[in-house]
Amino acid sequence: MLDAHLVVDRGTFRLDLPLTIRPGEVVALLGPNGAGKTTALRAFAGLLPLTDGHLRLAGRHLDHPGRRIWTPTEQRPIGVVFQDYLLFPHLTALDNIAFGPRRQGLDRQRARQRAADWLARVGLADHARRKPRQLSGGQAQRVALARALAVEPALLLLDEPLAALDARTRLDTRAQLHHHLANHRGATLLVTHDPIDAVVLADRLVIIEDGQVVQEGDVATVTAQPRSDYVARLVGLNLYRGYADGHHVRLTDGFHLVTGDQHVGAVFVAFAPSAVALHPHRPDGSPRNTWPVTINGIQRHGDNLRVQLDGPVTVAADVTPAAAAQLQLAPGRTLWAAVKATETRVYPAAVAPTDAEP
Amino acid sequence: MPRPDQVTVAPARSTPPPRARRTGRVPVALLLPAALGLLFLVLPLAGLLVRTPWSTLPQRLTEPGVLTALRLSVQAATLATLLCLVLGVPLAWLLARIDFPGRRLVRALITVPLVLPPVVGGVALLLVFGRRGILGGWLDSTFGFTLPFTTTGVVLAEAFVAMPFLVIAVEGALRGADVRYEEAAATLGAGRWTTFTHVTLPLVAPGIAAGAVLCWARALGEFGATITFAGNFPGRTQTMPLAVYLALETDLEAAIVLSLVLLTVSVVILASLRDRWLGNS
Repeated sequence: MLDAHLVVDRGTFRLDLPLTIRPGEVVALLGPNGAGKTTALRAFAGLLPLTDGHLRLAGRHLDHPGRRIWTPTEQRPIGVVFQDYLLFPHLTALDNIAFGPRRQGLDRQRARQRAADWLARVGLADHARRKPRQLSGGQAQRVALARALAVEPALLLLDEPLAALDARTRLDTRAQLHHHLANHRGATLLVTHDPIDAVVLADRLVIIEDGQVVQEGDVATVTAQPRSDYVARLVGLNLYRGYADGHHVRLTDGFHLVTGDQHVGAVFVAFAPSAVALHPHRPDGSPRNTWPVTINGIQRHGDNLRVQLDGPVTVAADVTPAAAAQLQLAPGRTLWAAVKATETRVYPAAVAPTDAEP
Repeated sequence: MPRPDQVTVAPARSTPPPRARRTGRVPVALLLPAALGLLFLVLPLAGLLVRTPWSTLPQRLTEPGVLTALRLSVQAATLATLLCLVLGVPLAWLLARIDFPGRRLVRALITVPLVLPPVVGGVALLLVFGRRGILGGWLDSTFGFTLPFTTTGVVLAEAFVAMPFLVIAVEGALRGADVRYEEAAATLGAGRWTTFTHVTLPLVAPGIAAGAVLCWARALGEFGATITFAGNFPGRTQTMPLAVYLALETDLEAAIVLSLVLLTVSVVILASLRDRWLGNS
């Protein structure tokens, strides 16, 4: 069980992260670059001291500035998979994995035996004598994972474990990582900026921005009800904050949206880009939100095109290539956007992040 | 974003490699001094070879004095290098990894023997380790242990002059080494000492080897500090450079032969290690 409240002051930046992880649970710490993910990981690993707060793992206080408690990195029951793995270049794959068990007091033979077991578990039994430079990216990642798990850590820390891999390898490695994380009895913290890694591998998401938790919860809740622009972009939704009165929501910049759900008070309104229809002229029909927009940019998005639109409110719309050709989409062109009230989702903004109603 | 660099790079690729085109156009103002510089460095060595008494060489080489001086030189330089390794590597680690007050001053102090005339170094060593020196007197009266004018003195003098080469090379290697490997070792339960011996040392081994070679070569050629601190006693403190100097006054051919031996040893050692340790060109 990990129970922590990390507070780290670094000049103008302040990380303030309360976090608990149960044994066997995988939590993804998700956030944009500079949000404090790496700072948090280094604080957990003891590579960076806390300014305030506490860090307790498996019943032991590891860092508690208020009580002058500090456990150096090498005495913490942790395992770390670094972003670029940091396999020791002068040691074979086997000896890289045996390094941790050796430090725990196992003799050379027993440590190598445990390392060999782990190599077999990650499917690299026949690569024992390879040096790291003779391993492919995916293989090096698996050796790094085996090295971190071979010390049987109470907390496994993964720093962007798949970021260095190409797309094809990433797919395979992600599946294997999922399997090994499911078997890991300790707590796991996955630091990533890739929402797919987080969604596939984690039981729970904690999203930080600028050192603060902006949202926390299971994957379904977070993806259905994003609570910040960053999360909305991650899950690909249009998101607005506003004030609801029945079926009307007044957005912060004065724009009105008609919604299917009824609410009163501060709310978020979310809808998918595929729910936005584009028309060359003002469309007819009553229960619709319509407003004039100007095309700001067009990107490929799967089989469709995602169109970024400026207007009274900025919005992203997905259109098929056929529709795009018909509408003669080009940056600068003005169109009308339409969103059905029933396509919008409304949920209260002023609740604790974890127990938002669906 | 537009990339103007692509516009200029693309046509250049279709023309022949720029390297081949440029060799014909080395400015004379650079080529001439460069050639003179090379000549200046090589000519004296060639002169040595030209004047070598090749016919009597085998006989001269097997003279007991030559072999004794050579053995002493190699032994003393090797011992001095070992001493530098034992003391210098930890010193380099301290400078590279620990942020202590006065670190810049310490680094400056270490480079002093580099620029100090070796004779001055020898005098300084005498003042400290001489019989009437600050430490030497105590060593002599307590243990009956004298350093000046002994083989140990030679080692000490050579180590004093050569250690900066090692410390600077190793510190550079340590600074260039990725500290995150040491962090990774710590996360696996390795303390600082284990991390140093099991991770840091192997990572910077090429740098240490390069430093040791430089250190050894410097120690082998050491003259000023050695003759000042250890004197010139054949078989005890007379190393090859000292023997060369002495022979120069009595027997020029002997001096040439000794120099040739020294030159050969240095070139062989440096050439055999250069490709492996001193760069990859």
